[in-house]
Amino acid sequence: MTKYDDLIEYLLRVGDSAVVKGQRLCEWCGNAPALEEEMALMNVGLDLIGQARNWLDYAAELIDDGRDADQLAYCRDERAYRNLLLVEQPNGDFAVTMAKQFFYDAWQYHMLQGLVESSDERVAAIAAKALKEVTYHLRRSSEWVQRLGDGTEESHQRMVAGVEEVWRFTCELTVGDEVEQRLAEAGVIPAPEAIAEAWKATVSEVLTAATLTVPEEARSFYLNGRNGVHSEHLGILLAEMQFLQRAYPNATW
Amino acid sequence: MYAQMVETGAKRVKTLEEMSPEERAFQERIDAEVKIEPKNWMPDAYRKTLIRQISQHAHSEIVGMLPEGNWVTRAPTFKRKLQLMAKIQDEAGHGMYLYSAMETLGADRDEEVEKLHNGRAKYSSIFNYPTLNWADMGAVGWLVDGAAIVNQVVLQRTSYGPYSRAMIRICKEESFHQRQGYEILLTMMQEGNEAQKEMVQDAINRLWWPALMMFGPSDADSPNSAQSMAWKIKRHTNDELRQRFIDQTVPQLEFLGCTAPDPDLKWNEERGHYDFGEIQWEEFYEVIKGNGPCNRERIETRRNAIEDGTWVREAAVAFAEKKKKQQAAA
Repeated sequence: MTKYDDLIEYLLRVGDSAVVKGQRLCEWCGNAPALEEEMALMNVGLDLIGQARNWLDYAAELIDDGRDADQLAYCRDERAYRNLLLVEQPNGDFAVTMAKQFFYDAWQYHMLQGLVESSDERVAAIAAKALKEVTYHLRRSSEWVQRLGDGTEESHQRMVAGVEEVWRFTCELTVGDEVEQRLAEAGVIPAPEAIAEAWKATVSEVLTAATLTVPEEARSFYLNGRNGVHSEHLGILLAEMQFLQRAYPNATW
Repeated sequence: MYAQMVETGAKRVKTLEEMSPEERAFQERIDAEVKIEPKNWMPDAYRKTLIRQISQHAHSEIVGMLPEGNWVTRAPTFKRKLQLMAKIQDEAGHGMYLYSAMETLGADRDEEVEKLHNGRAKYSSIFNYPTLNWADMGAVGWLVDGAAIVNQVVLQRTSYGPYSRAMIRICKEESFHQRQGYEILLTMMQEGNEAQKEMVQDAINRLWWPALMMFGPSDADSPNSAQSMAWKIKRHTNDELRQRFIDQTVPQLEFLGCTAPDPDLKWNEERGHYDFGEIQWEEFYEVIKGNGPCNRERIETRRNAIEDGTWVREAAVAFAEKKKKQQAAA
């Protein structure tokens, strides 16, 4: 194991999650419930794809095998992808999308707050830029969860269903693994337990304000995005996203 | 040009003598290049024409996101994906900005959008063509935004203040999109493989004529132009703008190393302009009537987005009202 193996693994996790989430947001193009949302969804997606590029640029430098960020994103198979299961789930209706977005934003927010203090300067710098964006993302998705949860009878029912739909994938947001424990001990990333506690508090606060019930803690079973054991949705998403790079290897675009 | 064949309701332009005192004062203001502002008196037909034109323009920005949305999930690199997402976001912004300009004339955004969905309002014919390869993202930026700019640069001096100011802001972003589009094509032509070069030529072959059609019918068949010109809503004729676009685009086409699908396209030394072949107006009118390759899909997508989102918008309103009541009670 080289000095950087854990860090590379972690950079792929955060980078892959951002790129997959950004890709899902691209799918909303032209289909959003209002023009303002058309702009906002694309704006959040733009931030996330930008963040993904920053994380994967750094990962590529450390991997140092000639691949760049584009090749990492566009030429790895689903088993090599390290993203959270949550972000690869289909968009569903606006409530499902907002449930996914909110759970992810809350996780990103607390993680990035720790990462700005990272002992790795590059990580700290990328995190500082991302945190500004994600602070806005979290405010926006929290507001939507409340609007939908406490809006009309229909929106309430849909928001309940949206949370129910994706809750089981939040198990990965509250449990760290050995890689993350080691990085935390080295001061590169915040302690997974601390992120988990902060995430639970934010989720509980917003869901309660939205007149929604906070479900019991999700338990992991079999699937594990961080180890490349994904749901079936990721492969299809990547097939679409990677089409040109796969069809025309080594072409310049 | 994002607004085509805008109906003015006028068979011919009135002379100053035929006008009422109000109309005359209005026309004199326009002739003196003083902008008309929302609170100023304006003839009903001027107001209606502008509402039609600005709403058409706004609809075009929104429908125009769809052919790009077809490729945003397949953009080949981070750089290209980010560029395309930013462009699409700009277009949504332009749409909102234009709807706001339209609302200063007393029109209602929801009502005008409803007209788009039920087929009573038009949008630019170009967006009814499919985008079939990645080079289309370059060609749309270069040719479609390029054609739009030729029209919109002139519209920066249009007589209605809010529309003119919207155009100034929008033009800056559109020029950026056009350069980006051209750069996509240039990269594929200069650094790409044979398949990529074929994509570029294919995109140009398919989009060249539809881009020329964006300027609307030839002047001889453009009955509304005279009134729009007198009101300075329009400042040049369709044919003048089309010629300007061709003249500036052909050298760029040659620099790419591509050709136009027009055997009659050649420099005319005497005129100081490029000559070009006859546009297939039958195709243009079919597309305008709703029979283009993607008309049905484009409208369906927009209608579904707004209908499927009804419960979301209702929830937002209900929540805002609840909060207002809670604040009032507190």
